[in-house]
Amino acid sequence: MNSPAVTVIDYGIGNLLNVVRALQRCGATVTVVEQASQVGALPDRLVLPGVGAFAGGMAEMRQRGFDELVPRFAQSGNPLLGICVGAQMLLEFGEEFGEHAGLGLIPGRVQPVPAQTPAGGRHRIPHIGWSALVRPLERPTWSETPLSRFPQGQAAYFVHSFAPVPVNEAHRLADTYYDGVRICAAVGRDNVWGCQFHPERSGEPGLDVLKSFLDL
Amino acid sequence: MAGIRLIPRLDIKGPNLIKGIHLEGLRVVGDPHAFALDYYRQGADELVFMDIVASLYQRNNLTEIIKRAADQIFVPITVGGGIRSLDDVRTMLHSGADKVAINTAAVARPELITEVSQRFGSQCMVLSVEAKRKPGGGWEAFTDNGREHTGLEVADWAERAVALGAGEIMLTSVDQEGTRKGFDIDLLRAVAARVQVPIIASGGYGRPSDLMEAAATGASGIAIADALHWKRTTLPELKTQAREGGLEVRP
Repeated sequence: MNSPAVTVIDYGIGNLLNVVRALQRCGATVTVVEQASQVGALPDRLVLPGVGAFAGGMAEMRQRGFDELVPRFAQSGNPLLGICVGAQMLLEFGEEFGEHAGLGLIPGRVQPVPAQTPAGGRHRIPHIGWSALVRPLERPTWSETPLSRFPQGQAAYFVHSFAPVPVNEAHRLADTYYDGVRICAAVGRDNVWGCQFHPERSGEPGLDVLKSFLDL
Repeated sequence: MAGIRLIPRLDIKGPNLIKGIHLEGLRVVGDPHAFALDYYRQGADELVFMDIVASLYQRNNLTEIIKRAADQIFVPITVGGGIRSLDDVRTMLHSGADKVAINTAAVARPELITEVSQRFGSQCMVLSVEAKRKPGGGWEAFTDNGREHTGLEVADWAERAVALGAGEIMLTSVDQEGTRKGFDIDLLRAVAARVQVPIIASGGYGRPSDLMEAAATGASGIAIADALHWKRTTLPELKTQAREGGLEVRP
């Protein structure tokens, strides 16, 4: 059987071993790169993981030449998946610790998860835990996306204080609700995908997200 | 609302899963890997592994157990016990942990909290607190499985640790731990009122109503040990009971 090849970007922040392990578990052959110069031909698939802060992540991405590689890769039409801060960096701007430019592949900003609920109370930030993914109105189907196997209403694991806010509703792949606050749980534009949740930490439904990404 | 997280807590001594009362009087339960894998398959939301003798002997046996677990378990894993430095944290993360729970070393040198959260993110830095009721009211934080006094008032310490960068608090009631008499609800409420970060209630689960009471204090995670280890209940059963009690739990 053919093992799908995936290149995972290591920009030196946080722990990507669990992403690598989960991709391997889904049958992928994984190559980890620490510098854009290590990437010869454009890879079949690219994964941009991430924990930590937006600004520090982008600074490291630039330092290592990934700010140029990732947009070039996106142009190729091959599938790209950002996870958590990796998904946030796909947008134009981040607002964590001041305003910082992102990769700009999806129009919009990365903003704090509102601490106030529609009911007027406050809820805990960071948002940590399992929360159901729902399809936004503008997404009649998840087929041919990384969520193609994901049952509507099944939960995924989140740990974050910021979330993408795409300008275009059509770029919201999934939403989730935290005490009634609508949060963008996943973004998608053509071949560029991003999960604010952690598919590598969301049990078997999460592994299915990675498998579907490998099938794209 | 975010679901309540049901978190099996596995206390480890050497190669064994163990369980005690008030963090003492330990009995061997079995092979931690087999239990952890079973809990994952039952639908555990996260797992916590605590090396309960590590801080006494200043060593850590957990690395191998975590590595094995991480190959087969794809939910968040928190590891605690004997973690004293950034190097220890790195070793645990490289073994497959997502977060570390730190008690003794954070009390000894609170700046460690800031160092860990700056280097690895605050989501990775769980403050572990062992709380005992004080005769005159309030709670004192202890270390070394409830043996060593710190003189710190739990709610003050939790608030300070969050200001230093702790992203989550695992709050263990030593009084209730292993008793099956329910969580220390006043303790949970007292700490929840002082910090905004998520709190994991630990110590005392006995019956399903304890889940609802703990959740009502604002705790968003619930650690359960002996009720699962001794198979008095299962995670699917707990989820059903929580759902019937009006809590949101993942399918």
